[in-house]
Amino acid sequence: MDEARTTGPSAPVVTPQVAKFNEPLTLKCGAVLDQYELVYETYGTLNSERSNAVLVCHALNAAHHVAGVYAGDPGNVGWWDNMIGPGKPVDTDRFFVIGVNNLGGCHGSTGPKSINPATGSPWGARFPLVTVEDWVNSQARLADRLGIRQFAAVMGGSLGAMQSLQWTISYPERLRHALVIACAPNLSAQNIAFNEIARQAIITDPDFHDGNYYEHGVTPRRGLRVARMVGHVTYLSDDEMASKFGRQLKNGTLSYSFDVEFQIESYLRYQADKFAEYFDANTYLRITKVLDYFDPAFECGGNLTLALAPAKASYMVISFTTDWRFSPARSREIVTALLDNRRDVTYAEIDAPHGHDAFLLDDERYHRLVAAYFERIAQETGHEQR
Amino acid sequence: MNSANGIQRSDFAAIAEWVKPGSRVLDLGCGDGTLLNYLKQQRSIIGYGIEIDDARILACVRNGVNVIQGDLERGLSDFADGSFDYVILSQTLQAMKNSERIIKEMLRVGLEGIVTFPNFGYWKNRVQVARGHMPVSDNLPYQWFDTPNVHLCTIADFERFCRERSIRIVERKVLTNGAAVSVWPNFLGALAVYHFGS
Repeated sequence: MDEARTTGPSAPVVTPQVAKFNEPLTLKCGAVLDQYELVYETYGTLNSERSNAVLVCHALNAAHHVAGVYAGDPGNVGWWDNMIGPGKPVDTDRFFVIGVNNLGGCHGSTGPKSINPATGSPWGARFPLVTVEDWVNSQARLADRLGIRQFAAVMGGSLGAMQSLQWTISYPERLRHALVIACAPNLSAQNIAFNEIARQAIITDPDFHDGNYYEHGVTPRRGLRVARMVGHVTYLSDDEMASKFGRQLKNGTLSYSFDVEFQIESYLRYQADKFAEYFDANTYLRITKVLDYFDPAFECGGNLTLALAPAKASYMVISFTTDWRFSPARSREIVTALLDNRRDVTYAEIDAPHGHDAFLLDDERYHRLVAAYFERIAQETGHEQR
Repeated sequence: MNSANGIQRSDFAAIAEWVKPGSRVLDLGCGDGTLLNYLKQQRSIIGYGIEIDDARILACVRNGVNVIQGDLERGLSDFADGSFDYVILSQTLQAMKNSERIIKEMLRVGLEGIVTFPNFGYWKNRVQVARGHMPVSDNLPYQWFDTPNVHLCTIADFERFCRERSIRIVERKVLTNGAAVSVWPNFLGALAVYHFGS
């Protein structure tokens, strides 16, 4: 769920595109979006059989810019650029990769800060609460638009992984493989608690104005900052924070004040400031709710095996040992349910020190596994072409 | 712990003869997935492996084998009762800390179990012990100080173990250099292959 990390000086130049939809989309909450836009990017070339498409789903604060750079902005590298690109584990010389900003987002797709055609002003608080299922439905319409009947793979980490898992339930025929990385079949009480702290920080900010802060010309920056700080801490492991910051002092000495004293405070404030600059508070609130609501087993009496019964995909499930937000035990619940259903599944538990954020980082074992899995997918795709 | 590296081990063919076509197989300590791939080709099984080692997990992915990363010493708690037709433990029993528990787990998760292990009672091992040394051979390739094998047993030991726990031995094959041994198995057999049930 962390911000973009830069690798690969030779990153390809991409241009975001917009797909407009006029067919109404009924959301899980009952609301209907009469029309909406999705902003997306593509990398590589769709083959003539349209069998090499890979959908990459984003997590909490990322978006459609998954790889490459924008023309004239070489510093703006996609958030999963270490994973996706020419010659990378998801090789865009072989696969046609799609990144899409989800509904309710704040990076160009229709969301709370978009203009509501019914009122001519921003949706604000009136933008409905969306779910993983709604996102997947909207992504399926984008796939229709792009002429993709079946994805070679749908992949994601964290909340992105929840979408790839949901894809296999909602559209079993429309993907051959799902990569489910640093995932959980639902949020624990502790996870929801962290989200609620983040939401309370935003909602109780005097600049929030019940979500209609746009018309007041302000943003609930203070709340958004605290929300980001709480979230960020949960993405890192204790050991990682200890090795990165320890008890290092910013200025070498204690000042006996509430100014920044420890390096970790400086880091958190920096991250929070950066985040509050570009992220929309209404989107943040909604995405934490998307996480809280995700629970495919709920409608099957808590039985995940039953929930995954419709699935037809093959799976690669990956967890990270120090991820305490979505621990390996949560991934193993998914694996067990897949085994019960006799799905093809490979499960790897990567011994990485970085906590939940590990899914975004360079780790040789992790990237080799993903590369090997995509090699397998490519072989199947090649086979189908013959 | 299969260290086959692409070379088909002599116990694989023995195992394949027992496995019914199309059955569900769990291979404990599946290594690079050679046995599972062999069974897939020979018996069209639906197979999964359990493996702890990162490099072997990667090898399984490259070989197109379903593999679950996990530690056998922690049991098979991710697997439901009776969820496999066969659970296989190939040349790994002797390296388990808790040999008894894994056999019980095999019979909980699988309808039947298949286990292979080097027979410590093999005459060449006995000769080496009689000469005052721990045995080192093709089936026991380690020196005493670096061996992963902590629970070596003989054919007689294993059969007594099963008898005392009411484990039903369905069939037994004893091999030396890949050839079947029919007389004095506990003396002439280097490798034991058992098919058992509860």
